[in-house]
Amino acid sequence: MNQSINETIRSWPDARGRFGEFGGRFVPETLMHPIEELERAWEASRADKEFQAEFQRLLKEYAGRPTPLFHARRLTEHLGGAQIYLKREDLLHTGAHKINNAIGQGLLARRMGKTRLIAETGAGQHGVATATVAALLGLRCVVYMGEEDMARQAPNVFRMRLLGAEVVSVRSGSKTLKDAINEAMRDWVTNVGDTHYLLGSVLGPHPYPVMVREFHRAIGREARGQFIAQAGRLPDLLAACVGGGSNSIGLFYDFIEDSQVAMVGVEAGGRSPNLGDHAARFAGGKPGVLHGTYSYVLQDEDGQVHASLGRRGARRRAHASPNRGHHPGARARARAGGNCLPRAKHGQRQNHRSQFIRPRRQRLEHLSVGRHPLNQL
Amino acid sequence: MPTISKTRIDSRFRELAERKAKGLVIYLTAGDPTLEDTGKLLAAVNRGGADVIELGVPFSDPLADGPVIQRASERGLKSGASLARILERLPRWRQEMEAPVILFTYYNPVLQYGLERFARDAARAGAAGALVLDLTPEEAESYIAAMRAQSLDTVFLAAPTSTDERLERLAPLSTGFLYLISRPGTTGERNEISRELGPLIERARRHTELPLAVGFGVSNPEQVREVTKDADAAVVGSALVRAIEDRYAAGGPDAIEHFVRWLREGTGAA
Repeated sequence: MNQSINETIRSWPDARGRFGEFGGRFVPETLMHPIEELERAWEASRADKEFQAEFQRLLKEYAGRPTPLFHARRLTEHLGGAQIYLKREDLLHTGAHKINNAIGQGLLARRMGKTRLIAETGAGQHGVATATVAALLGLRCVVYMGEEDMARQAPNVFRMRLLGAEVVSVRSGSKTLKDAINEAMRDWVTNVGDTHYLLGSVLGPHPYPVMVREFHRAIGREARGQFIAQAGRLPDLLAACVGGGSNSIGLFYDFIEDSQVAMVGVEAGGRSPNLGDHAARFAGGKPGVLHGTYSYVLQDEDGQVHASLGRRGARRRAHASPNRGHHPGARARARAGGNCLPRAKHGQRQNHRSQFIRPRRQRLEHLSVGRHPLNQL
Repeated sequence: MPTISKTRIDSRFRELAERKAKGLVIYLTAGDPTLEDTGKLLAAVNRGGADVIELGVPFSDPLADGPVIQRASERGLKSGASLARILERLPRWRQEMEAPVILFTYYNPVLQYGLERFARDAARAGAAGALVLDLTPEEAESYIAAMRAQSLDTVFLAAPTSTDERLERLAPLSTGFLYLISRPGTTGERNEISRELGPLIERARRHTELPLAVGFGVSNPEQVREVTKDADAAVVGSALVRAIEDRYAAGGPDAIEHFVRWLREGTGAA
């Protein structure tokens, strides 16, 4: 991979919030001013030493960073291929990497004088993280969740309510995550004065994708140092599951200029390659505009967006992050000989293991996970 | 200031101005309840006295819309009202009406259809222009170029949250009229017109000579009268869509014609 291309990729987004051709801002006019305000506040916070110190302190003392990098020897042995390392984001407070971004945006919301946080959630992890940060900072919290997702993830609904959040059941459209995002946007457009929309994925209008990426960068920064310390070299390959893209870009970003490190994003292949039966946006979607950004979208030829389906029936985003519209995916495809892995093996996580871990004997690998390490493989 | 073009929307507003009358813009969703009904409804809305009609293109993710138009959008999708089918039928629908029609849509259906193809087919179908709800001025360059090439109007929206800087950026891109969002929020009926509207109208006047049409939350003749005191036209959407929900099945197109006539009382025109 050409070094200068990687440098360009690492410099994204441009002033318009574009990652190459992807990203940008596609929202109703009412939201443009709040988004510009958010961008200014975020830029200012990056240069604000006090803000950064508070963010780092909470990541360490509240969330539990740094998380360990664990050499999974028995799993390595069992699979008989690459040396597998796990970046244990599941050990963070609330049980997922989501808390990194929730703390960052929560502090930003407080800095902007907002008193109310809203969020969308699918499986519930981002909702729990947001509810937790709202409780920590003394902000009100409303979480939008698809009716179907609420039934499937009842324990997380309970946790959010226990933390004082209001969980609103979304019954419109497909009653899943993409509709929860629509509903959160509708709330935001109505309550722009006192409310911050704490988006949990690397999607949405600029500056969300870059902001979420930056708040999750600790994952890759830590992992890179830890890997070098433990293995004495860089890993050959990074793998991460790809839903909304926050854990994958958090891991990948600090490795982008390491052109020898391959990156693989694993999408949920679901039941079949038919629209509505899977969540493989790069393998099965095409570029379009949804939820404020230009990226890969699962849609029909009329531009109507379809719900996605993961393996356990969990509906996920119909949309891939503009951050990832290009680089890691593109590089992964290049490394895999032009074949996107999810297309090659639809939806079978075990098959992914065998496909890209087993054959690469003697290679050092390392896997980042959002939640439960083994389930997410 | 924009150059004064001579589109059908311009002449409609000029005509209103000459009579010192106010305009009524009516929104309805295509394919609600079926595509066949859309033809009848457009004719009824036209007979009722709409000056401009916004024809909504159903979208799977209408994030700027409240529950009423969301439901209409779902019905439209169910009845197969894709952009392609709407453009295919529009010439026939337009035979029985004179009010200019603007396509009111989210960006993705237009993007997937193709910007140039959309502009060409919309012009061929007799549309006067389009309003793309989630297309910001910052991202609209290619769309505007494609629309201008077909002499179609590009209506943009301004909101109470739009700063003077934003008004300066978006007002020159709008043609036909400038759509003012009366209050922060989604589309839908409200009991009162927001106090934020007055200052917005005043600021908008400083940035454009275009007619100003006010929408979001305008649902009865009193509110039409109230917003057209300072603005040039009122836009009624959700209330009309609700009338279709409530009255069309039993009352047919006549019920909708009467509803529009009733709204029109607010413009002071007979």
